[in-house]
Amino acid sequence: MNLSLPYLSLLIAIPTFGAVFVGLLRNSNEDQVRKIGVFFSLITAVLAILMAVNYDQSANNVMQFVETYTWIPALGTSFALGVDGISLTLILLAAILVPVVLIAGWKESEGQRGSVRQYVVLTLVTEAMMVGVFAATDVFLFYVFFEAILIPMYILIGRFGGARASYAAVKFLLYSIVGGLLMLVSLIGLWVISKEQFGAGTFDWFALQDLQIDGPTQNWLFLGFFIAFAIKAPLFPFHTWLPDAAGEATPGSATLLVGVLDKIGTFGMIRYLLPLFPLAVDYFRPVIIVMCLVGIIYGALLAIGQSDIKRLIAYTSVSHFGFIALGIFAYTSQGLSGASLYMINHGFSTAALFLIAGFMISRRGSRYIEDFGGVAKVAPLLAGTFLLAGLSSLALPGMSSFVSEFLVLTGTFTRYPVPAIIATIGIVLAALYILLMIQRTMTGEPSDEVRSTVGELTTREKFAITPVIAIILVLGFFPQIVLNVVNPTIERVMILVGATDPLPTQGDNK
Amino acid sequence: MELNNFILLSAILFSIGAVGVLVRRNAIVVFMSVEMMLNAANLAFVTFAKANGSIDGQVIAFFVMVVAAAEVVVGLSIIVSIFRTRRTASIDEASLLKF
Amino acid sequence: MTAYAWLLVALPLAGAAVLLLGGKRTNAWGHLLGTAMSLGSFGVGVATLIEMLAKTAEERETIIHLWDWIVVGTFHVPVALQLDQLSISFVLLITGVGSLIHIYSIGYMAHDENRRKFFAYLNLFIAAMLVLVLANNYMLLYVGWEGVGLASYLLIGFWIHKPSAATAAKKAFVVNRVGDVGLSLAVMLMFTAFGTVTFGEVNAAAESASTQTATWIGLALLLAACGKSAQFPLQSWLLDAMEGPTPVSALIHAATMVTAGVYLIARSHAIYDIAPIAQTAVIVIGGITLIMGAIIGTAKDDIKKGLAGSTMSQIGYMILGVGLGPVGYVFALFHLITHGFFKAGMFLGAGSVMHGMHDDVNMRHYGNLRTAMKITYATFGMGFLAIIGIPPFAGFWSKDEIIRAAFSHSPLTGIVTLIGAGITAFYMTRMMAMTFFGTARWQDDVHPHESPKSMTIPMMILSIGSAFGGMLLLFVANIESWLEPVVGFEHAHGGPDSSVLIPVTLTIVAIGAMMGWVQYAKREVPLLAPTDVSIFTKAARADLYGDTFNEAVFMRPGQYLTRSLVYVDNKVVDGVVNGTAGLVGVVAAQLRRTQTGFVRSYALVMVLGVVVIGAIAAIVGMA
Repeated sequence: MNLSLPYLSLLIAIPTFGAVFVGLLRNSNEDQVRKIGVFFSLITAVLAILMAVNYDQSANNVMQFVETYTWIPALGTSFALGVDGISLTLILLAAILVPVVLIAGWKESEGQRGSVRQYVVLTLVTEAMMVGVFAATDVFLFYVFFEAILIPMYILIGRFGGARASYAAVKFLLYSIVGGLLMLVSLIGLWVISKEQFGAGTFDWFALQDLQIDGPTQNWLFLGFFIAFAIKAPLFPFHTWLPDAAGEATPGSATLLVGVLDKIGTFGMIRYLLPLFPLAVDYFRPVIIVMCLVGIIYGALLAIGQSDIKRLIAYTSVSHFGFIALGIFAYTSQGLSGASLYMINHGFSTAALFLIAGFMISRRGSRYIEDFGGVAKVAPLLAGTFLLAGLSSLALPGMSSFVSEFLVLTGTFTRYPVPAIIATIGIVLAALYILLMIQRTMTGEPSDEVRSTVGELTTREKFAITPVIAIILVLGFFPQIVLNVVNPTIERVMILVGATDPLPTQGDNK
Repeated sequence: MELNNFILLSAILFSIGAVGVLVRRNAIVVFMSVEMMLNAANLAFVTFAKANGSIDGQVIAFFVMVVAAAEVVVGLSIIVSIFRTRRTASIDEASLLKF
Repeated sequence: MTAYAWLLVALPLAGAAVLLLGGKRTNAWGHLLGTAMSLGSFGVGVATLIEMLAKTAEERETIIHLWDWIVVGTFHVPVALQLDQLSISFVLLITGVGSLIHIYSIGYMAHDENRRKFFAYLNLFIAAMLVLVLANNYMLLYVGWEGVGLASYLLIGFWIHKPSAATAAKKAFVVNRVGDVGLSLAVMLMFTAFGTVTFGEVNAAAESASTQTATWIGLALLLAACGKSAQFPLQSWLLDAMEGPTPVSALIHAATMVTAGVYLIARSHAIYDIAPIAQTAVIVIGGITLIMGAIIGTAKDDIKKGLAGSTMSQIGYMILGVGLGPVGYVFALFHLITHGFFKAGMFLGAGSVMHGMHDDVNMRHYGNLRTAMKITYATFGMGFLAIIGIPPFAGFWSKDEIIRAAFSHSPLTGIVTLIGAGITAFYMTRMMAMTFFGTARWQDDVHPHESPKSMTIPMMILSIGSAFGGMLLLFVANIESWLEPVVGFEHAHGGPDSSVLIPVTLTIVAIGAMMGWVQYAKREVPLLAPTDVSIFTKAARADLYGDTFNEAVFMRPGQYLTRSLVYVDNKVVDGVVNGTAGLVGVVAAQLRRTQTGFVRSYALVMVLGVVVIGAIAAIVGMA
């Protein structure tokens, strides 16, 4: 199919329209609202897949499906959209996960402070903004989406979450806003410099790459962006909002939050930090790599120590984000491609973990590991899928996450052997935190409460979780599906930052 | 020389008004003191307008009068309604808007 | 048939997929499908072997490229199968023994409600193990490597309701993960050094590699082998792994998976050949484990744990063998295959005994079973003769060659292998005597009986292998020249001559066996293990304190660390953030106090402000 549509505008417009439509709908019951929401998200997903099919892997242009509309000429900013390999796959991730989340979390918006209608509207708005944030090629537009997405997410956490939801939501909001404001300062700095150098200020991502910025200035501008992204991603020590937010949010919102929203941070590192501030990246690289390593091990150790399933999953993500950032700042094509692939894989495997944990939690009415035990005996399929999701999280070969984790490690090793060796400790700890959780929740004799409350997966739940697991397995054996799209973009980034892969140390010349 | 006198008068009026606001408790009197400060400012405006041969200062003086008139209407009605409910016009009694 | 070699993996994988996805619908015929898939894979293997035999030795290696798995920059990993003499030997061992154990399990697991799942996991294991040995590069090998780890995890924890099984399964996986780190480090080192991870290219590049690089790669691979093959210091999981059903212990924890470390080192022979330090490390590890496993075996009353200790010890022989270099590779692999026969046979025998004894594993409750279980006794006996190395049984040929090669390396390694042989004879005789000889010490409601045909026939086949496999492989199949093109082979030079060594070895074996016989067949075996035993026996019973060490050094500090980190994260890292928020709150609460509600105080502040600004303006103006 070779359709040339304004895909990106449509991908933003359709969920937005869906949100408005659902919001204005009168005389409809909760089921209808949800079905309409799923309908709109499915259209978006189909359109995103269509876009991916039409994406030309061999094309030389940096961005495809480029659209530019006049927005605020006085500021030198325009409504400019476009995708490269990385953002394409991330948009696809978001578009696939939203219908999955809506179907899997069919009941989780009931009986909350907010209404089901609000839940659907907010989820769709979040989806539109996620597409926007990945598709923006204007830095100012990116910033607007970056900040605006906090609003629906804040309400989703605060109004639909657990007992301490409002604390978690405010924490999430404050953290993100602090980062966002620092980024705004750097953004203004960039604009001022572009005005000095070009005569007219601009926020255009392409034009900004041509700026000649001296080292110290780059460092300051870099810090503004980096802290924003490090909070979003989140890297140690900016991570403490994540366990609270993901723990209190509904499993569906937690999936979107950790699976997609947090990727804005790591995406931003590749898209904005590397090309715009190469000198500063070099300057800060040692510090960042240490942060990543601490995050990998610290997050894993904390995951082992958790008693709350959702917080545990959140801490595993802290560890995984350490891996992703490590791959990015290793500056090798394996590291960067691995990190890009990791973003996708982590999205799906976290989705599987959160959603299946959500199924268990909604049955048992408790988030605590100690309240489970013996689930495998009463609900073998539920236990099996949870195990599979866990294995994906611990990067078992055959699962997609293995490929990305290994690429990150290899890419890091070729340039920085010692950090890579330290990072491998994370592999062992991953096995511990997942298998301990599996052992405590799934094995043993089920208690009476578990026996009476935890039932097998329903058809709806199977329907929601099957595509996610299928993707995890398929990408495990055929990761080139994603890598073929990502690799050209990574090559360009490598050229842009002037990095080359280290050559084999022992070639034929020895 | 003449100018200085006007400015001096303006300053004296303003100070009287300011002291009145600070030391008096009766809302009506405080209000009158505020009006006195406004008019002191008006006097200064007009004086400088005359001195500069420009009409700007006089225009602003008119603005101030109009705004003051409007403000009197609102302010007096607030004072009256406070008096009706509390049987007092002391501004120290009306201290509910605090931490 | 070579072109269809992917069927080797695809058949059992398809079996596993059908049985797992099909759910309860496949309960009725699941075990048959699983067995059929394993047999089918064996058939393909045999066909491939026949085709390979038709070729000359140099042409036997075939690479079957299936698809490109990972391509990023210069990192290029295909999914490709390597068919050569080494891999096909393993394929036949895995599918052959595997199929026998499938058949055995039909009877053994007949009354288990989850039999279908058991067969699905067995098929999954076969598929993963075949990926491990058929891969043509280290990355794909890694897939099989952790795949068998997963299957082992699932099967050890098969009786998932038993907390001990669940703990053992987790332990096996985690300890193996520690070893896997070694494999991943090795792969990273190879890519960094040579820019490739395929066997052929790594072996070619290794010839010009620096000794230092090769040593590091070799040590990393050794770590991996230690994990998978339960070698010191990562040995502790294997004894616990006996929580799994007995066919699993036979297939995974005796015949195939645990020998993967030996395969890995033999595959990487080019690396080790130029890294003497790594080779020495391999020999030391193998030697330590050889003795450790044997000592543990002497003190176990649990028949399966006794066999597990023996497995450790025998794999120690193999590891030591591959550490010897070209003089040892072939014989280590030879011993691996014969061990696959006799140890699998003995485990199945143990399973048969347990089957007849109400799943009691305590040998002190056995005795005189040769009268009740004739076939089991006979087949187990063949395995016994094979493992202690009585000619002409299989173990004699392979173990003897390793001992000879060990003597050619140094007298010390030779003596270690000899001592190991003596202890092996002791603990195996002890096991044999306690189980099949002496007086019957059966518990009250136990009535030993022979197992059904589906179980005894595989045992018989394996016992035939234990009896004649060694001679067949050595004299008919000529295993030295068969494997030589892949791993290289040199005749052992130096050391005592065979005519001296064989009698010495047999004497030592006879002494060990006599001691075992005297102690456990001639004397009464107490029903409860005696407690007034020497410190050595106590240590052996406690697995030479491997678990105690792990607990003291890793587990307890680890638990303490995680607990304190949770505290640190909540109180310190989060505390800083919440503290900042709290500070703002406190300051704001104080500042709020200035809003008194008195209009006149506001006015006063304003006047003061005006005065201050005026004063500043005046001062600045004057200046």
